Amino acid sequence: MKQSLDYYKELRNEEWRVALRKNIKAKERIAKERVEMPEVPPMVRSKSQTTEVNKGLTKEMAVEEAKRCMDCANPTCIDGCPVGINIPKFIKHIENEEPLKAIATLKESSALPAACGRVCPQEKQCEANCFYTLKLNKPAVAIGHLERYAADYENNSDEKVVQEVAPSNGIKVGVVGSGPSGLAFAGDMVKFGYDVTVFEALHEIGGVLKYGIPEFRLPNSLVDVEIESLKRMGVKFETNFIVGQTQTIEQLREQGFKSFYVASGAGLPRFMNIPGENVNGVLSANEYLTRVNLMFAGSAEADTPVIKGKNVAVIGGGNTAMDAVRTAIRMGAENAMIIYRRSLEQLPARAEEVHHAKQEGVFFNTLKNPIEFLHESGKLNAVKVQHMELGEPDASGRRRPIPIEGKTEIIPIDVAIMAIGVSPNPIIPNSVKGLDISKWGTIEVSEETRQSSVEDIYAGGDIVRGGATVILAMGDGRDAAASMHKKLQAEMNN
Amino acid sequence: MNKIVKKEKLAERIYRLEVEAPLIAASRKAGNFIIARTGKLGERIPLTVVDSDLDKGTITLVVQEMGVSSKKICALNEGEYITDLVGPLGRPTDIKKVGTILACAGGLGAAPMLPIIKAFKEAGNRVITILAARSKDLLILKEELAANSDEFIIMTDDGTEGKKGLITVGMEEVIAREKIDECIAVGPGVMMKFCALTTKKHNIPTMVSLNAIMVDGTGMCGACRVTVGDETKFTCVDGPEFDAHKIDFDEFLLRLGGYKDQENVLLENFEKSCKLK
Ligand SMILES: Cc1cc2nc3c(=O)[nH]c(=O)nc-3n(C[C@H](O)[C@H](O)[C@H](O)COP(=O)(O)OP(=O)(O)OC[C@H]3O[C@@H](n4cnc5c(N)ncnc54)[C@H](O)[C@@H]3O)c2cc1C
Ligand SMILES: Cc1cc2nc3c(=O)[nH]c(=O)nc-3n(C[C@H](O)[C@H](O)[C@H](O)COP(=O)(O)OP(=O)(O)OC[C@H]3O[C@@H](n4cnc5c(N)ncnc54)[C@H](O)[C@@H]3O)c2cc1C
Ligand code: SF4
Ligand code: SF4
Ligand code: FES
Repeated sequence: MKQSLDYYKELRNEEWRVALRKNIKAKERIAKERVEMPEVPPMVRSKSQTTEVNKGLTKEMAVEEAKRCMDCANPTCIDGCPVGINIPKFIKHIENEEPLKAIATLKESSALPAACGRVCPQEKQCEANCFYTLKLNKPAVAIGHLERYAADYENNSDEKVVQEVAPSNGIKVGVVGSGPSGLAFAGDMVKFGYDVTVFEALHEIGGVLKYGIPEFRLPNSLVDVEIESLKRMGVKFETNFIVGQTQTIEQLREQGFKSFYVASGAGLPRFMNIPGENVNGVLSANEYLTRVNLMFAGSAEADTPVIKGKNVAVIGGGNTAMDAVRTAIRMGAENAMIIYRRSLEQLPARAEEVHHAKQEGVFFNTLKNPIEFLHESGKLNAVKVQHMELGEPDASGRRRPIPIEGKTEIIPIDVAIMAIGVSPNPIIPNSVKGLDISKWGTIEVSEETRQSSVEDIYAGGDIVRGGATVILAMGDGRDAAASMHKKLQAEMNN
Repeated sequence: MNKIVKKEKLAERIYRLEVEAPLIAASRKAGNFIIARTGKLGERIPLTVVDSDLDKGTITLVVQEMGVSSKKICALNEGEYITDLVGPLGRPTDIKKVGTILACAGGLGAAPMLPIIKAFKEAGNRVITILAARSKDLLILKEELAANSDEFIIMTDDGTEGKKGLITVGMEEVIAREKIDECIAVGPGVMMKFCALTTKKHNIPTMVSLNAIMVDGTGMCGACRVTVGDETKFTCVDGPEFDAHKIDFDEFLLRLGGYKDQENVLLENFEKSCKLK
């Protein structure tokens, strides 16, 4: 949670930080080049589904990068972080060669720094607000890379940051969904002393972190470390349990659950409703990524099949699209392209993913919009696209793509993967009476408390935001935990 | 992990399994299915909940060996476990009192049909059931279906039991002699298509239960999509039962074969590895 400037100032004036600042002149700090993240070469990594692309900074690199941070009196970077991580403090701990203290700082605000360091859109968040970006017009301090460094250090070391757990108060709370939002909530509540059970519909814990984001970007083992630590703290997990179907919220209430946090995500894939969309070979990114990431389709021992296309087109321009197209390359596609209706500059995906995708040979076919899928006896063989150009800015401030009259093109492909967005998972909205739902199908909550229109139900993450980021989903989980704790405590004292 | 407490062979390649799943046994309704997965690298496959026993906390599944995943489940013995089992999934059958129901079950469709006719019968309907299969040894659940029907007709393509002919022949006969208020058809895709064409001629409202290819079964992937009227629906959350006269059956049948080439390779590998053992 973001604190007052005075709070950051006070910490900044601690002796060790003052001393550290004096060590190196500001001019020297500014003169340093941003350290480059070492990567596995594109030709090597694009053959493996599991090789992580970024190798992580060495200690020397991390300390060197940490030295660039000016430990600003007004750390604007924090404004860009949705959970208000005390960025200069953790970076200065790295500069001071105390990575465990850095991770302790990170854990004050983030439940999964190893994930955020890897998947946050830093260039739009913390790094966009770094002094280097705002005032010097130079590459920002590599906040994300440093965050990852600190988290990996702890994971690879025998020393661990000890997380204190309050004595059990015996109050049962339930969590619907084990994605980042549910996990963050569970972690905080167990620390407050609650008896926490996380219900998960799938056979695996982790939500999108497991079934969506591929191994080459976020290894499952990192998520498992966090899950194991939650289990040790006493969080119970019930997989293969669909709240609303296996049992209802009402039945769980009868079993003594006092309150619920719904973090059921935005699982419902959208389609374009154009001709030919249901022929074989056209599938949603969710289906494709689930087959590969959750079911391990493609590995010789797995029972789940997947279509390995030669010419694959992924429709869309977000992170999901990048993950799908890069997965297709790893599955052996000879040509893999992104088809996106706006321009290259407007791609919503993280800059790093776009960069990596280009290195791996993805072709970006921008300003094109699919209007029909063509097939031979039910098997996809081409997509017809409408050429687009940029018109006037729309409500979002981005220039709106408009069709160029009469200009279409037929592109031969054998697999098309739709990555044009998801809608909120409808199971909870449909199964709980009295829950206020927006016209987009998201659960309405109070901005301040994350409480829904049903008193004992709180909600956050993608089921509330429609589609957000890992860090926002976690932030919601933590906010909800704080406010549910406050309410339950008040009730106890009455 | 769900324990198999009883296993019984119903016909060649078809087994009835009683599986521990107390929560599902309590919450399932006619028309619901579950998703099962066997082994760490197993596939998630949908199977209808055919029956449940609240006292024992078990559900009954009837599984036909098709490819790798159904073979793996059928290979499990009493006392062994299904790795993952989740449900109940799908919308339950819309059970109401309409009058006379014509229930058409083809082959393995007998299994999903059983809970449906039970529920319709309990709701006070007259139920005429036709069970059809290619041949005598593929007829399953005869006694159970008969016990829950007011009239029970058996048809085989080769005439080895009951009347000879396709299911549609039997349907025409029943429709010719009495008023049918609603028809339900469950079985292979092609059979359901022809049942739907038959009842359409006679304007009989008809419902079919689609066995689309699925992955998650919770509305997350869209693998199970089907065109109903002008809309795309997800079989796992919007179905599995739909108005038969609105379904694009040709598309549905093509989609069922969507992974055929890959499935065949997986099956060959599996059978090779079985022979090695
Ligand atoms: C392919 C892909 C790539 C992405 N890349 C990035 C990225 O690089 N950076 C970034 O910040 N964000 C990224 N995102 C977005 C980010 O992953 C999501 O915003 C985030 O995961 C939302 O978290 P959540 O906890 O709200 O929901 P989810 O992670 O979706 O988890 C919800 C869980 O709830 C379960 N569930 C649903 N209903 C029920 C029920 N009734 N009972 C029990 N369980 C239920 C689901 O099975 C699921 O496991 C990406 C998303 C995708 C799909
Ligand atoms: C709602 C629902 C309920 C079902 N209930 C039952 C049930 O109670 N008992 C039962 O035995 N089966 C049932 N099925 C079908 C069952 O899920 C499939 O037979 C199974 O997934 C096949 O998997 P496999 O790996 O063994 O075979 P695969 O290797 O996947 O397939 C082998 C062959 O069967 C074809 N095939 C694949 N999937 C299906 C399918 N869904 N329907 C028909 N043919 C298919 C393939 O094209 C291939 O030729 C149900 C399906 C649905 C959607
Ligand atoms: S959590 Fe994300 S936004 Fe916040 S500091 Fe870390 S990388 Fe930046
Ligand atoms: S704005 Fe940049 S330089 Fe200043 S404290 Fe934050 S990370 Fe360091
Ligand atoms: S099986 Fe995935 S949406 Fe129906």
